[in-house]
Amino acid sequence: MRRNQVAVVGAAETTKLGVIPDMSQIQLHADAALNAIADAGLKPSDIDGIATAVETPQQIAHYLGITPTWVDGTSVGGCSFMLHVRHAAAAIEAGLCKTVLITHAESGKSMIGKPPRSIPAYSLQGQFEAPFGVYGPPSMFPIPVLRFMKTYGITHEQIASVAVAQREWAAKNPRAMMKAPITVEDVLNSRMIAYPFRLLQCCLVTDGGGALILTSADRAKDFPQKPVYILGTGESVETPMVSQMETFNSSRAFKVAGPTAFKEAGISHKDVDHLMIYDAFAHLPLYGLGDLGFMPYEETGKFIADGNTRPGGKLPLNTNGGGLSYMHSGMYGMYALQESVRQMRGIAPAQVEGAKISVCHGVGGMFAASGTIIFTNER
Amino acid sequence: MAEAARARPIPTPETQHFWDGTKAGELRLQRCDACAHTYFPPRPFCPSCGSRKVSVFPSSGKATLYSYVINHRPAAPGFTPPYAIAVVELEEGPRMMSNIIDCPQTPEALELDMKLEVAFDKLDDEITLPLFRPAKG
Repeated sequence: MRRNQVAVVGAAETTKLGVIPDMSQIQLHADAALNAIADAGLKPSDIDGIATAVETPQQIAHYLGITPTWVDGTSVGGCSFMLHVRHAAAAIEAGLCKTVLITHAESGKSMIGKPPRSIPAYSLQGQFEAPFGVYGPPSMFPIPVLRFMKTYGITHEQIASVAVAQREWAAKNPRAMMKAPITVEDVLNSRMIAYPFRLLQCCLVTDGGGALILTSADRAKDFPQKPVYILGTGESVETPMVSQMETFNSSRAFKVAGPTAFKEAGISHKDVDHLMIYDAFAHLPLYGLGDLGFMPYEETGKFIADGNTRPGGKLPLNTNGGGLSYMHSGMYGMYALQESVRQMRGIAPAQVEGAKISVCHGVGGMFAASGTIIFTNER
Repeated sequence: MAEAARARPIPTPETQHFWDGTKAGELRLQRCDACAHTYFPPRPFCPSCGSRKVSVFPSSGKATLYSYVINHRPAAPGFTPPYAIAVVELEEGPRMMSNIIDCPQTPEALELDMKLEVAFDKLDDEITLPLFRPAKG
């Protein structure tokens, strides 16, 4: 894909984040979508492309009164929205549509109008994972981490420091769910969930949503907001079964999506001013730093523990507080994208001064899928 | 009220040989006749080269502990926390999820790379699960 041909011209989250018991899941989609459409100075009838995940595009298009000429229902977990951005950018460049709406919302906490997630007993996961006691993401996503720690000499304290650094960012963000400062000791003394991970190393469970509006970069200057350009993109999938990953020392999906985006963007790691790595659990930023090529895996734990990703550090990471402290409705990728867009617009609550390039890296399932979007505010 | 049972697999035509194997006390894997790749989970073609010429064979049942969590909460139906959810690496190469029995469910007792052997746990007349225990000797 060519660089900087498509821009984000509308971006918004749901009016409220956190616990929203008075809204069903599709209404959360609509609330985010209407906010993003207003942010772009548009009406629903101006939208001719739609993408969403879990809820179907037909559901959301009909609910909002949109008649699209381009549709994407890619649903690969929490990074689906990174893939939507990539697909939408290609579609806009190809002339399949002009103005795309991407929506996410989930009633993850209140479970209002949310279909249940289940693993069919005849699926490969149902036959070869479910009988052994996996029960929700906390029992599955951390399974690789002990191997990763042994291979690279990563310590429990270093992984705990991920949560500490992100809480520092969250403290600067009025919309973050968790703002009280925490220490490594607090993390390591919090309630055990699935050894080696404790409560403060697991994401929040909240309600909310977000939406993006994309159009061609040439049209973007006519919109009210500062355009945020798509500089590079990447995507991949590996396996829905965490037990069947090629290795627990890295994520194959990360290693395809991340470098593809860097190559497309034509940038090197030292060009990155701001970084988002989807943190459903505290080990993900370590995998991300290694798999995206920022540093050798052995150095990732020390890099974070030494404060390099904290406010004032040389690589600001998960500056909204992340899934650990900002919010996590179940498919957090949209919130990572929203924070990248805010940073590129220069309006983030914890703004990285002068940031010009933001890398936004997402995961879907338990390392099952990945999408990477690199944004810039300069064309 | 009956106690909640653990999730029970439903075999498909492509996986039936595996579940027939565990019932008969064999942990069956597949090997590609064309490229010799050994793989799991079951399917009637090689995921490495695409050949449909593949053979089923019994594995040695020997494995090592690749990684795990000790799940505290929430517990799956049929499980009493804390319990380890492990991924074992079979001697023949493939990895699979399982549980480690006859072993304390603690980080001290569950050492990565420890030697394991398969143990068959009959769930009902149709399904026997392959679990693993520390290898003897």
